Amino acid sequence: MLELSPTEWTAIQLSLRVATVATLVATPLGIAVAWLLARRDFWGKSALDAAIHLPLVLPPVVTGYLLLLTFGRRGLVGAWLADHLGIVFAFRWTGAALACGIMAFPLLVRPIRLSIEAVDRRLEQAAGTLGAEPWRVFLTITLPLALPGVLAGMVLGFAKAIGEFGATITFVSNIPGETQTISSAIYSLIQTPDGDAAALRLVVVSVVIALAALIGSEWFARRATRRLHGN
Amino acid sequence: MLRVDVSKQLGEFSLEASFASEGRVTGLFGASGAGKTSLINIIAGLLQPDRGTIAIDGETLDDTATRLHVPAHRRRIGYVFQDARLFPHLDVRGNLDYGRRMNRLADDPAQLKRITDLLDIGHLMDRRPGKLSGGERQRVALGRALLSKPRLLLLDEPLGSLDEGRKVEILPYLVRLRDEAGVPMVYVSHDAAELRQIATQIVLLQRGRVTSIGGVRALTGG
Repeated sequence: MLELSPTEWTAIQLSLRVATVATLVATPLGIAVAWLLARRDFWGKSALDAAIHLPLVLPPVVTGYLLLLTFGRRGLVGAWLADHLGIVFAFRWTGAALACGIMAFPLLVRPIRLSIEAVDRRLEQAAGTLGAEPWRVFLTITLPLALPGVLAGMVLGFAKAIGEFGATITFVSNIPGETQTISSAIYSLIQTPDGDAAALRLVVVSVVIALAALIGSEWFARRATRRLHGN
Repeated sequence: MLRVDVSKQLGEFSLEASFASEGRVTGLFGASGAGKTSLINIIAGLLQPDRGTIAIDGETLDDTATRLHVPAHRRRIGYVFQDARLFPHLDVRGNLDYGRRMNRLADDPAQLKRITDLLDIGHLMDRRPGKLSGGERQRVALGRALLSKPRLLLLDEPLGSLDEGRKVEILPYLVRLRDEAGVPMVYVSHDAAELRQIATQIVLLQRGRVTSIGGVRALTGG
């Protein structure tokens, strides 16, 4: 019974869409934050570092509830966004993307920060003496040399985003076609009398995606070392 | 024409340097730890003085009194580092072209050929820095700095990390640079023999203090 039913397909497609959007939006922000943490010292730096890693240690449901309080229809920010920009997160796939993005963020930032720190600052100095303004040094020297770390972070973040459950289901519930991702679908299926086969199929899909992400992330990490040594 | 008049606290001792460079190659001579690298880092704009001024061709680059500090990327001062510091993700061509691109200078194939011929690196264009020998890397670093069309070239012990054979190989290139490239240089070294061959003026630095300025005869002994 290897055929995927419409419910399963929908869940997979939704998961892919949510995870892709979450990763693409989180990446530029992740690069900026990683650069700040790697290259700058400022008041409140450890607080920022702690805040970024909070989603890693907080119970996911707590993160989801905090998202509800902040970005829900009547939340602090959510109300303003809905009224002024027409952006709604509650019970919509955009909310799932937000939840997944936040949960994935610490996993995204860490490899990027490490790879930026690994870029020899003396190379950045040399680039400066050749006339490159700081932003051009970043784009032409730092980022290209840190790129494998960026990709590793994106892959890891994507894998986390696609598997996210607790925060998502708390924030945007489990609505088939809108917010029912692979994990929520499995959750629902195992509570249904004949849902085991379907659940198992989705589990296999999840495992394959997760393994591919881990292997991909490892491959990028190894390329990082080779690239930095000029090979 | 470079005018230096700065002081800076460097850990245990303080750097106090005041001199004007005349002519083509000003050799900055002193033992290791005398403050030579810190001094040229200040000239390059990579380090800020505690007090004083740096001016080149009449343009002030640093003036602690008015809090003026022109950042390195706007000084048009080339720098050849002791460890070459070639960009590993670019090939030799990309490294050589970097300064021209960053300074938004027009393409100058004649200049490129002149420099690559002068330094004998034309055959290395498609190689990555990781595949170059120490001598080749240093010549590419020289070419890279020159091709950014600087008005002053700083060299920090460019032969320092090379063995005797490589030094003997590269010194003639440096002498040719002095005679043909038309860019004034400040050449840092703790090797008097080297400086005797290349410098036209010597500034002696001892424990952070300029103890003498003069012709190459100021270098006695080895």
